[in-house]
Amino acid sequence: MSYAAIAAGTSYRFNDLKTLLAKATPPRSGDELAGIAASSATERAAAQMALAEVPLAKFLSEAVVPYETDEVTRLIVDSHDAQAFAPLSHLTVGDFRDWLLSPAATGPVLTAIAPGITPEMAAAVSKLMRIQDLITVAARIRVVTRFRTTVGLPGRLSTRLQPNHPTDDPGGILAATIDGLSLAAGDAVVGINPAADNVATVELLLRLIDRLRETYQIPIQSCVLAHVTTQMEALRRGAPVDLMFQSIAGTEAANTSFGVNLSLLDEASQATRELRRAPADGNVMYFETGQGSALSANAHHGVDQQTCEARAYAVARRYRPMLVNTVVGFIGPEYLYDGRQIIRAGLEDHFCAKLLGLPMGCDVCYTNHAEADQDDMDTLLTLLGNAGVNYIMGVPGADDVMLHYQSTSFHDALYLRALLGLRPAPEFEEWLANFRPELNLLEQASACFPAI
Amino acid sequence: MKELRDLTMARVGLGRTGNSISTKDVLAFQLAHALARDAVHHPLDLQLDLALRSAAPDRSTFLRRPDLGRVLSRQSRDALLQYPGPFDIAIIVADGLSALAVHRHARAVLDELLPLLDSAHWSRAPLITVEQGRVAIGDEIGSVIAAAMSLVLIGERPGLSSPDSLGAYLTWRPMPGRTEAERNCISNIRPEGLGYLRAARRIFALLAEARSRKLTGFELKEDAVLLGGDQSGAV
Repeated sequence: MSYAAIAAGTSYRFNDLKTLLAKATPPRSGDELAGIAASSATERAAAQMALAEVPLAKFLSEAVVPYETDEVTRLIVDSHDAQAFAPLSHLTVGDFRDWLLSPAATGPVLTAIAPGITPEMAAAVSKLMRIQDLITVAARIRVVTRFRTTVGLPGRLSTRLQPNHPTDDPGGILAATIDGLSLAAGDAVVGINPAADNVATVELLLRLIDRLRETYQIPIQSCVLAHVTTQMEALRRGAPVDLMFQSIAGTEAANTSFGVNLSLLDEASQATRELRRAPADGNVMYFETGQGSALSANAHHGVDQQTCEARAYAVARRYRPMLVNTVVGFIGPEYLYDGRQIIRAGLEDHFCAKLLGLPMGCDVCYTNHAEADQDDMDTLLTLLGNAGVNYIMGVPGADDVMLHYQSTSFHDALYLRALLGLRPAPEFEEWLANFRPELNLLEQASACFPAI
Repeated sequence: MKELRDLTMARVGLGRTGNSISTKDVLAFQLAHALARDAVHHPLDLQLDLALRSAAPDRSTFLRRPDLGRVLSRQSRDALLQYPGPFDIAIIVADGLSALAVHRHARAVLDELLPLLDSAHWSRAPLITVEQGRVAIGDEIGSVIAAAMSLVLIGERPGLSSPDSLGAYLTWRPMPGRTEAERNCISNIRPEGLGYLRAARRIFALLAEARSRKLTGFELKEDAVLLGGDQSGAV
């Protein structure tokens, strides 16, 4: 079925829903690269007008990626909760925006309808929303998850401590971890991106952080962000796996390019839960996403990158994850060209994920070939803090010396907490209150780890 | 008793004022970012035998349209047709994401590498530079001049600690459509990383192995060589 709008006397026609969604998307380089973006500002405005008239129910009958050939579409359709959707079933996309911004859409109400919202509905309404709309609605939604810490409570802001090292040197990783802990970072997770994706490295680094945790009784969880199959092998060998990580995307073909599918993730989730390191009702999965990943794998099916991104959240929510974050500016300027595009994308991702019921954080970041700098990161960081983001990254001095990009520093999180009156996760806050800097963690850690 | 800073090159133990980073450390970061930014926008200024351009007319287009950086401009393709092969190897130097890396290191690597190739009697195509080029531009060039192999020396995506890192990509039977899994890469060529002589020897050893086995990519392994994939973000 086609869609149409008349804008300023000119009639615009859009052949199908995915074309309409792409043309209605605020400008970004990835959709231009894919050749699916609006060809003019007027066409974009017309597409947004046409999109506003589409009934939400239409998204249940017109798939943007075919049901028969894509397991993510099948997951979205088959797990849709018609009862939760019932209160929205009479709305158009435009009505949905108005309703979301009305006082009727309280936090509890939004939580109740989440299972009735599909990723495509969330993406569609976000395309009609300004930045203040994305913040207003997201800030009403709390998604709380638990492992050793409780993340996402009102008035709290957590951080992932990211102590990466270019050669996975345990001493270097420990030094960055201690630096972060002493600056109140790490209450979401201590998450290391390994330079070498192998079982021995995963096991070594997990044991390192676990020993630090046990020695100092720190309420944290750890994760080494290798491929899920590498972590599974480490788990089988007895490594102390807290959170199981995987990068995911919004189409089956893109996930295939990552070397994963739902059945593999099912297996990983179950194996991690069976370790019983988390509380019985706790959460054990950690996912990263980012706009542009489907296109970069040539697996986007003509669907715009922001809609593809929202579809990845359908994969994530199947597993009741502890943590999910978009790595928003990591992918590069061919997908998000500059600070302006990165900022909007970060807020869209956070909004869509929260609307779908995910514990969303954000890696506020950029690469050196993007038209962005620390001022853009400060802007996005501050906006996300106001939007109620669950967590951000803590990287020493914002400079990741392994992945060669810039994220947010331990100090950035301190700034945001002080500015907005936010505190770390309660368990971690209690530990910090008893933390005595004069103990000198490094000195003790050196005794504990003779190699350092 | 070691200090945190002795254990990692990461920016640990920064000076603090309130919750903020001290002026000295903020300025050090800004300088590192400025060097990386300038490296991305540095113009290619190396003279070899033949100067070509990709289909990306300028830096801004190059950054948005990686596909255009992988094919030659019409004029450059015509110019290249004046050099019919076959050759054993085509060596291509492209700016990629850091012309600064090319400016600083490409000639020094060639000075070490070319004598090794010549003494082993490899027939070489004219040495080519490409402005606004990505790794895969070597595929079109290699196929047009009938080169059995291409070697692309290219500026890698600058990090704050490494604005001038050069990468070397080897491709057997280059032709449009080759995937990253069909190449070998040697990364981080610069004096603070992999030095010129060691880099040249490793490139030559891999080239020789590739020629004898008639392939590159994940099946071609060399100890301590990062295999396959895009190590630089320059693809």
